[in-house]
Amino acid sequence: MKIQDKVMPRFKVEIDLDTCNKCGRCAVNCTFDVIDFNRSEDKPVVTNTGNCVACQRCAVFCPTDAITIQEYPVVYAPHGTWTPWHRRGVCEQARTGAVLLTGLGTDRIYPTIFDSLLWDACQVTNPSIDALREPVETRTFLGRKPKKLNIREINGEFELDEIYPNKLLSTPLIIGHMSLGSISYNGHTAMLRAVNQVGTLFGTGEGGLHPDHAPFRNNIIAEIASGRFGVCPDYLNAAALEIKIGQGAKPGHGGQLPGEKVTQLISDTRGIPIGTDALSPNPQHDIYSIEDLKTLIAALHEATEYKVPVGVKIAAVNNVAAIASGIVHADADFITVDGFRAGTGAAPRVVRDNTGIPIELAIASVDQHLTNEGIRHKVTLIAGGSLRSSSDLIKILALGADVGMIGTAALIAMGCKVCQQCTTGKCAWGIATGDPIIGQRIDLDWATNRLINLFNSWTSDLDEVLGIMGIDAVESFVGNRDRLRYIGPNPAEAKILDVKHAGSRIEVGGE
Amino acid sequence: MTTKKRKITINAEPEGWPMDYRELNKKIRKAIRDGYTHLILQNVKGQRFIGAGIKEPVTIEIFGDAGLDLGVFSEGITAIVHGCSEYLLGNTLNAGELIVYGDSWDVTGMGARGGRIFVMGNGGSRIGIHMKEFKDKKPVIVYGGTVKQYCGEYMAGGMIVVLGLDFGDAIADRKKPVEREDIDPNKVKDIIDEKIVQSDLCGGIHGGTVYIRGDVPDHSLGVYAIKDEFTQEDKEILAPIIERFCELFNVPVDLIWKKKFTKITPVSSRPFGKVYTYTPI
Repeated sequence: MKIQDKVMPRFKVEIDLDTCNKCGRCAVNCTFDVIDFNRSEDKPVVTNTGNCVACQRCAVFCPTDAITIQEYPVVYAPHGTWTPWHRRGVCEQARTGAVLLTGLGTDRIYPTIFDSLLWDACQVTNPSIDALREPVETRTFLGRKPKKLNIREINGEFELDEIYPNKLLSTPLIIGHMSLGSISYNGHTAMLRAVNQVGTLFGTGEGGLHPDHAPFRNNIIAEIASGRFGVCPDYLNAAALEIKIGQGAKPGHGGQLPGEKVTQLISDTRGIPIGTDALSPNPQHDIYSIEDLKTLIAALHEATEYKVPVGVKIAAVNNVAAIASGIVHADADFITVDGFRAGTGAAPRVVRDNTGIPIELAIASVDQHLTNEGIRHKVTLIAGGSLRSSSDLIKILALGADVGMIGTAALIAMGCKVCQQCTTGKCAWGIATGDPIIGQRIDLDWATNRLINLFNSWTSDLDEVLGIMGIDAVESFVGNRDRLRYIGPNPAEAKILDVKHAGSRIEVGGE
Repeated sequence: MTTKKRKITINAEPEGWPMDYRELNKKIRKAIRDGYTHLILQNVKGQRFIGAGIKEPVTIEIFGDAGLDLGVFSEGITAIVHGCSEYLLGNTLNAGELIVYGDSWDVTGMGARGGRIFVMGNGGSRIGIHMKEFKDKKPVIVYGGTVKQYCGEYMAGGMIVVLGLDFGDAIADRKKPVEREDIDPNKVKDIIDEKIVQSDLCGGIHGGTVYIRGDVPDHSLGVYAIKDEFTQEDKEILAPIIERFCELFNVPVDLIWKKKFTKITPVSSRPFGKVYTYTPI
């Protein structure tokens, strides 16, 4: 590496040696080789501030708050077009000749349509519900619903037609797919424990099923992806099965778990030798059409004797509504739509930052399209892709999703600081790492509790909001776009969302 | 506890037309639950998903042609098809043995994680795509005839063998379901005027081995695949599999070894390792 290859550090780490008590925790905790502890001089030394990713591990663990991290004070000459971000990207690619790999969701600033929406409340003409004292139903079911229920009376006994398999969720919120491998063992286990206690689901990604996680199988959405890692009859015995066609962060892309992350644990769970790349091809090679998809769905239904809902996960892309319609016709029981801001363990930056459409537009479009075709009842719609708060969840439900899906929010609950180094596997917080020692940095009980708290508080928020709208069950609220109003700058967006502009009056006798 | 009963025969065409696959598979599962270990399916006409996700070590003998996804996700069944099998034979197979006295077309053994597949005749595209191996689980696919493009694509482990044999004259009556005794060992001969494999052989392979009986031109190889020397060690690995094939399809073992094998292996187990850079920017 020539000196000209050097780019200036992104962050500057400073340790105030006056307040530092020389405990050395910062050096022990840093996984990016930024801080070293100099034993001869008995003090911590910042040896390579260029490696710092601002994950705050050292700063949080410093008992005297002696560490500060700031943007590196060597400025790039200001330029409106050639931002530092672009200049750094060009330099890195000129140096390596490689594709830039990155983690988590896109860090580019795109308008978030959630922030352009407001919701309605009851005033005078209809009473609101006091959610603290009156019941509001937040339970929902995942699976295909019949068009109508046929109830017959036979000798005084009532008999119901056989209905499709459905999975009860205590709240319309699940944790989306993250595999063991992209997430540490402790992180994975904490999420499973949390969804088990809350009564909802967690997608375990294409990582196989670890024997320790078998007791949680009633809370697992098992993924059938293009690599088919760990797919066997025992694995299919889960709460729900999901065929992964695409994920929001990298639509059309498969996955590569690089060989250095395939440790003993991952090897045993996925059923591949240690140190080999775990490659998931971009397409599933038995699915080249809707008919092929129908075949795989039928195969999974057969293999599980029609007792488990089988769904399909797609990324939100231009034709998402028509594709979703095809998936319903292929007999899926649920569809997961993942918006373009969704996170990932690793994706080429160029794909992550530029591919797909926002989940708000995608889900509104899918919901309307399926409703118009008269097939909306046949599937449960799950929507994800950077739901940052309970308000995003509530808005996505109003736009037509039955269930919201979180990923990054769950990681933040477990300590993630969104430094976007999931790709490197060096996560100092023990979340996105395969290192068995660093993975233990997550305290299982603590992380489980934090996740349960997150679920409970979002569910309470949902209760509150349904209450002020005077709606007593979340299933009555799904797709209720009339309770939303648009305050953003772009009328075209509102039209696609099928949401009226704020201040619009309801015109008697139609529009 | 049910006692182990042996054989049961299920007619897949009881009323003059082919039974729906759901009904047939229901009957199969019921028979297995009732303790039968040898199921004979008569008059099968392309019913799909036979043996899907079954992990009991039962034998399913199929007279007629099996449909899509025979043995999909299964773990330990023996399926014998006296006829042909459609696409996706042994899709994501975990263990067991699938034997076809006929052809089996595209994507055989896709993503297989174990088990063995023996096909007497020819295959289509993408045979053994993304097969993988782990510890003692090494999937094996053997084709007696020829296969088409993308054989062994993305392969991560296991073994594919293509023998290039012509059973054309060896079977007197093609119209009835073929059994071992119907094959005349003296009339099995080598295919000469047809390619045994076609283009993009083992594209993106990063584990496992492919043995082709005969020469493979360099331009047929896909990315990251190379030809390797066929050694005595390879012969020893291959011998029990060839013996099993010859036993199943009544072929003289000597005939197989008369022609030289070409061995194809991956360039590395990390073909895409250098494509990406991880440096945070």
